[in-house]
Amino acid sequence: MATTNSRTLARFMLLPSVILLLAWMIVPLCMTLYFSFIDYNLLVPGDKEFVGFLNYEFFLTDPAFFESFFNTLYLVTGVLLITICGGIGLAILLDQAIWGRNYVRIMVLAPFFVMPTVSALVWKNMLMNPVNGLFAHFAIWLGFEPIDFFAQMPLFSIIIIVSWQWLPFAALILLTAIQSLDREQLEAADLDGAGPFSKFFYIVLPHLSRAITAVILIETIFLLSIFAEILVTTSGGPGYSSTNITYLIYTQSLLQFDVGGGSAGGIVAVIIANIVAIFLMRLIGKNLEG
Amino acid sequence: MGSITLKQVTKNFDEVNVIKPLDLEIKDGEFIVFVGPSGCGKSTLLRMIAGLEDTTSGNIEIDGIDATKTPPAKRGLAMVFQSYALYPHMTVRNNIAFPLKRAKVSPAEIESKIANAAKILNLTDYLDRKPGQLSGGQRQRVAIGRAIVRQPSAFLFDEPLSNLDASLRVNMRLEISELHKSLATTMTYVTHDQVEAMTMADRIAVFNAGIIEQVGTPLELYKNPVNKFVAGFIGSPKMNFIDAPQNEDANVSCIGIRPEHITLSTEQGTWAGTVGVIEHLGSESFLHINIEGKGTVTVKADGDCPLKYGDSIYLSAPADKVLKFDNNGLTIR
Repeated sequence: MATTNSRTLARFMLLPSVILLLAWMIVPLCMTLYFSFIDYNLLVPGDKEFVGFLNYEFFLTDPAFFESFFNTLYLVTGVLLITICGGIGLAILLDQAIWGRNYVRIMVLAPFFVMPTVSALVWKNMLMNPVNGLFAHFAIWLGFEPIDFFAQMPLFSIIIIVSWQWLPFAALILLTAIQSLDREQLEAADLDGAGPFSKFFYIVLPHLSRAITAVILIETIFLLSIFAEILVTTSGGPGYSSTNITYLIYTQSLLQFDVGGGSAGGIVAVIIANIVAIFLMRLIGKNLEG
Repeated sequence: MGSITLKQVTKNFDEVNVIKPLDLEIKDGEFIVFVGPSGCGKSTLLRMIAGLEDTTSGNIEIDGIDATKTPPAKRGLAMVFQSYALYPHMTVRNNIAFPLKRAKVSPAEIESKIANAAKILNLTDYLDRKPGQLSGGQRQRVAIGRAIVRQPSAFLFDEPLSNLDASLRVNMRLEISELHKSLATTMTYVTHDQVEAMTMADRIAVFNAGIIEQVGTPLELYKNPVNKFVAGFIGSPKMNFIDAPQNEDANVSCIGIRPEHITLSTEQGTWAGTVGVIEHLGSESFLHINIEGKGTVTVKADGDCPLKYGDSIYLSAPADKVLKFDNNGLTIR
């Protein structure tokens, strides 16, 4: 890619895919923008008249919006916390020389391959069910009253389910990062008199900062749009206690058939996602620089 | 204080024996170099002294106290690694301060020790940089600085110059020698480069396949190598080995002559040969001369050697400079 010629050619070769990707993004965005400014309800056929910011006003002043906004934040931060801390722990364990290490690593990755709906149903019916669930049996065996997870702590239960899915991802990325740590640095630290904790906090953790940043950024993108787990377990309830923004938009446009309102919510969600992205990049983006 | 004594030390990796029972006495204040081809066990032995590798059997004594099972940090030794092993996210200052902070030294004392080390190593202007912003030689100096501030009883160097370019290596060689003279601390230095060994060492230990072939001062090894391996390893260019002449004693299987001990003549000599490639270095020339039926020998000649490729030439060597080896490769005296 040295000469002007080859660079120009390269740009032309890239053009079709760039245009396709751009259209893929821009067309739905424009349609959503358009819908968000009109009165468009599937139950009321007829004129779709322009209503200005009325849809936004309704969406943003809805008490459910604030609840679901904070639920989204709790969900994202909760899952991030569990997966990063757990992921670092798992990665350090998986880095130890144990018998059958390669098989263990593959097994650890397994939850990531399970579809969100399936894993949520497994958790709902086999583990967290207050009558038949494993946890309930365990609680009874210990002499406690079984916990009805989805009624008593719906958001926490969803955080647990989602964390279970994303823990392997974090662990695997962090494991590869740990493996790239220069062993001589650890040996030097050994000679310098650093104990296990000093070595972890002064050598291993700083070395992992870039991988942790990558995990946070990637997971945040996906965690902002958690949907299937909520739909198959709590359906956002009880009340709005486990509804996040994504699920609220779904209720708005497909359960209340208010496409206009739902679209306004969608645009709000896009703005929130961007704010979170800017915030994160400011906060930890410098870790990604070489 | 910094004598290290190895008694019947061995090392096995699983079933493979990398160091055979080995005795060595490193005296206080001495600069000893472990030299040998790659895979001969010299680095492994250094790491065993440092405590980074377990000792399979035998004892390692530091200052007369058995330290075989002592953890690395408690041995009072400092090591400089081949990759420097600097902590990349810390500034030079913090890198050097790291061992002191772990040892709970007071901040004021840390500061003065850093300043002192930085002055010795010319790092004062770089203290607030990170290792990534330094050149290879500067990184090397930081690694040495981190070792110095601990005031160890002995330094261990594991091929510290092999990542530097040739001219920098010569400079660093001098700096490390200079450092040894000023600190007068025991230094154990591992290298595969015999030039480094010859130029820096008080004593050299030549390793081969897990055993020490010979220990001695550089000139001892150069003049009186105990066997063919040491004779071939020490000296540059390598010693020439020629099959023994017919009239020689039956014990002698091979004779060795250093390139600098061969004299050339156009009229007469012990061997007749043709001049091959000539390497002109300015101050001297290395001639590769092909002797019929004996192979190629290297000869060191003057810088302005008039010979050309393909010239016929006679070679001879003074009898007292010729080494004789028996069938087992041992030197016959």
